[in-house]
Amino acid sequence: MSLGDKAEVWQGTLALMVLKTLETLGPLHGYGIARRIEQTSGHLLAVNYGTLYPALLKLEQEGSIESEWGLSENNRKAKFYKLTRAGRKQLRHEAQQWTEATLILARFLTSGEQSSGEQSA
Amino acid sequence: MRVAGLFGAGSFNKSAHEREMTDELDSHLAMHIADNIRAGLTPEEARRDALLKLGGVESVKEAYRERRTVPFLEHLLLDIRFALRQLRKNPGFATTATLVLALGLGVSIAIFAFVDAALIKPLPYPEPSRLMAVTESAPGFPRGYLSYPNYRDWKQSNTVFSSLDVFDGDGFLLKTPSGPEPTRGGRVSAGFFRTLRVNPALGRDFLATEEVPGGAHVVMMSYDTWQRRFGGRTDAVGQSVTLNSESYTIIGVLPQDFHFAALGAAEFWKLYDPSSECAKRRSCHNLQGVARLKDGVSTESALAEMTVIAKRLEDQYPDSNRSQGASVVPMSEADFGYLRPILLVLMGGATLLLLIACINVAALVLVRSEGRKREMAVRSALGASMLRQFTQFVTEALVLVLAASALGIVFAGWAMQVLKLLIPADMQPGMPFLLTLGLNPRVLIFAAAVALVALVLFSITPALHLSTSKLRDGLAEGSRGSAGMAWQRLGSRLVVVELATAMVLLVGAGLFGKSLYRLLHVELGFEPGQLATMSVGAPDIGYSKDQQRIALGKDVVRQVKAIPGIEAAAITTVLPVSYNGNTDWIRFVGKPYDGKHIEVNERDVSADYFRTIGAKLVRGRYFTDAEDESRPKVVIINQTLANKYFPGEDPVGQQIGDTSLTPASLKTIIGVVADIKEGTLDTEIWPAEYHPFNQDPNTYFAVIVRTSQTPGSVLTALGPAVHQIRSDVGTFGEVTMMERINRSMTAYLHRSSAWLVGGFALTALLLGVVGLYGVIAHSVSQRTREIGVRMAMGAEVGTVYRMVLKEAGWLAALGIGVGAVASIASAVLARKLLFGVSSWDIPTLLVVAAVLAIAALVASFVPARRAASVNPMEALRSE
Repeated sequence: MSLGDKAEVWQGTLALMVLKTLETLGPLHGYGIARRIEQTSGHLLAVNYGTLYPALLKLEQEGSIESEWGLSENNRKAKFYKLTRAGRKQLRHEAQQWTEATLILARFLTSGEQSSGEQSA
Repeated sequence: MRVAGLFGAGSFNKSAHEREMTDELDSHLAMHIADNIRAGLTPEEARRDALLKLGGVESVKEAYRERRTVPFLEHLLLDIRFALRQLRKNPGFATTATLVLALGLGVSIAIFAFVDAALIKPLPYPEPSRLMAVTESAPGFPRGYLSYPNYRDWKQSNTVFSSLDVFDGDGFLLKTPSGPEPTRGGRVSAGFFRTLRVNPALGRDFLATEEVPGGAHVVMMSYDTWQRRFGGRTDAVGQSVTLNSESYTIIGVLPQDFHFAALGAAEFWKLYDPSSECAKRRSCHNLQGVARLKDGVSTESALAEMTVIAKRLEDQYPDSNRSQGASVVPMSEADFGYLRPILLVLMGGATLLLLIACINVAALVLVRSEGRKREMAVRSALGASMLRQFTQFVTEALVLVLAASALGIVFAGWAMQVLKLLIPADMQPGMPFLLTLGLNPRVLIFAAAVALVALVLFSITPALHLSTSKLRDGLAEGSRGSAGMAWQRLGSRLVVVELATAMVLLVGAGLFGKSLYRLLHVELGFEPGQLATMSVGAPDIGYSKDQQRIALGKDVVRQVKAIPGIEAAAITTVLPVSYNGNTDWIRFVGKPYDGKHIEVNERDVSADYFRTIGAKLVRGRYFTDAEDESRPKVVIINQTLANKYFPGEDPVGQQIGDTSLTPASLKTIIGVVADIKEGTLDTEIWPAEYHPFNQDPNTYFAVIVRTSQTPGSVLTALGPAVHQIRSDVGTFGEVTMMERINRSMTAYLHRSSAWLVGGFALTALLLGVVGLYGVIAHSVSQRTREIGVRMAMGAEVGTVYRMVLKEAGWLAALGIGVGAVASIASAVLARKLLFGVSSWDIPTLLVVAAVLAIAALVASFVPARRAASVNPMEALRSE
């Protein structure tokens, strides 16, 4: 695959990225969401477009986003997704959890290096 | 709510979602390609890159779909589609399994429909379970008839019935433009229809005030008669009809769905006349009672009270009421109870057939699951859960059972029609439940229950089988492991059950067949072959005097005798092979009498009667034509009466009288005739006395002729011969004696059980043999390699044959052994339906065992030959 040298989006984070993208940019179609995620990651992340659409459907089924057919910037018919009130709440909640998790992990990894340093001393 | 919405949206609105999904992906691709072109790629490269990054449109769609629906439903649909595909891929299995199961289901549903109609809900009246048949009982007559004076007393003194009424069958000569036409009818007490809770469709019911001596001359008629004879005109009510030369006013028409089984096709209903000669005597039993139980009263307590009342009347009137008890049984029992044993036997037979069909299909499913072991192993290796595999079996069973049930219900519909056609037309009015026969909710619930059991059976069998075998083993090509053996054992057991069941049905068919044969060849005491008969009825007006009746009898005999081809003719009040009944209470001069009724069949016959029917005279002489009222009264008795009351004596010359030996009743015995079968074919011979018709003439009698031609050919000539000189009498019921016997209810019941159980048995035999063949053939195919090795080692063809046949022989012997025990047990249960043959009929058992053994041999010979023709080299190489 041509995606070999780029990191795959981790399980469970795609939904969060979709929600954040929609919060930042407002209503957007699937292709736009994918491009935006790639751009934000500085092209370090490759979104597997194939996993995006089921994820969108899942979010829609859960009520976090809703969809509507509209016209794209190039006057093309496209399905636009937008955040719902529940989606905003979920985004806040998950973002907080994610931040906490990364903080814990970061602290854990740092303390590990320290202890090993002490032992060698 | 959301789930419910998805259910609908996901599964049933599929195409809209598919389209939307395709549109969305198309727009995605279009945007991506446009971006790529802007970035400088050629259109072709742009498209390729876009598709690659999407990861294949179809797999995205699939992933998308996964999300879209509730998985269970989606899986079910998939399973059904898969099941259908599987069945289509294997049409032999699908067709055989569906047909066999449909056959089993169809037969049992059809028989159940009859059971339902005849036994569960047979009476077309409101609250039918509260209706009772109420009659007197006497030794020899557990349910006899009721005399009018006793009825009046019963009606007044009982506290258990909200109403008690009586009826009596009757025949009327209806005056029509083309001469008198005999019609069936009934005589009833005024409240009869109210007790049944039947309201006239037109006009009014009888009034209590009309049930008076002499009887109001009013009549009600059946809906059918109204339509047929009066064109359904409403002004028919109020018109008059002439019955037995008397004029009656039509007051009402009964509803279209009204039926009264005991009187069958009665056309006219009139009131019982309390002033008739019979109505005045307590000893003249001609009525049957019908009553409605009061709320909260049970059949038993009603019977208890009626028995007490009967006992009181017996004490009060010791002469007429001696030993006259009471009988109270549910009306459905009285009308259709005689059908219960045969219907239960048929239901039993149908259940066994269904069992065999289910076993056969289960075996087919097993063989198939054996063949699909690899498929299951692959599915399991690819991650299918046990539950998922099980739902697959359930779905396949569901598809099979649904198809078979649908077909089975269609079969059942046909079978009902065919079975109905097999019931003689003249018996149908006595079985009004036939009109409601059909696929009513109860029958459909039964069908659903049976289908459910089959479904469980067919889902569990393969699942059990697979769970016992190690699925992993299935992956190894050609591996057999324990599964083959497990199947072999289960399959063998099923075949033993099948063969045993087939044996039960075959023995049943054999016993019923033998019963029928014995019944139709029972000693009749006369020669029925060349006889033809016809009934004659004369109105009371013009025939009230004995002389007029005697003259009519003589005219009838003379007229029919003149028909070419008639050798002899005679008349009797009751034809032989009718019923034990129409009895007389007698007493012997010079013998002690304890007051107990000596009840004997009484028949009034003309002088040539015994010679005409070919009876055998044992002692004394027959009547002469000259013996009438002017001569001393004479009587001929049958052998049974002579043996019972004159043991070791010569009865000829002895005298018989009534219970009090009134001088006018005394008759001298002039002859003893060998027993003639007066009752139905399966009943015992009762003592009987025969009076000269000329000394006890009647207005209603049967004429019987002996012809040198085929008896059927003279039937049409009988009626016109009588009408030539007597246009005011009715003639009806022309039939040959043989046909009368063959068509009698007794013969019919025996014949239908023999034929139906025979049909079941043949089907069972076929299915059982096919089952045996399946097991042996499968066993041989599993042992091809072993057989190859044996033959390579020098085993001879004969040894291989023996090996295979021995396996089949064991199964057959086991099946026959189990079947023999089960057959005897079931025959003991059904012994009431057997005639002249015991439940332990060794010849039948032996013949059936031989038939099964031969069939089993044939079924296993084919696989044995295949085994023997195995080429050792090929068998070894094929592994």
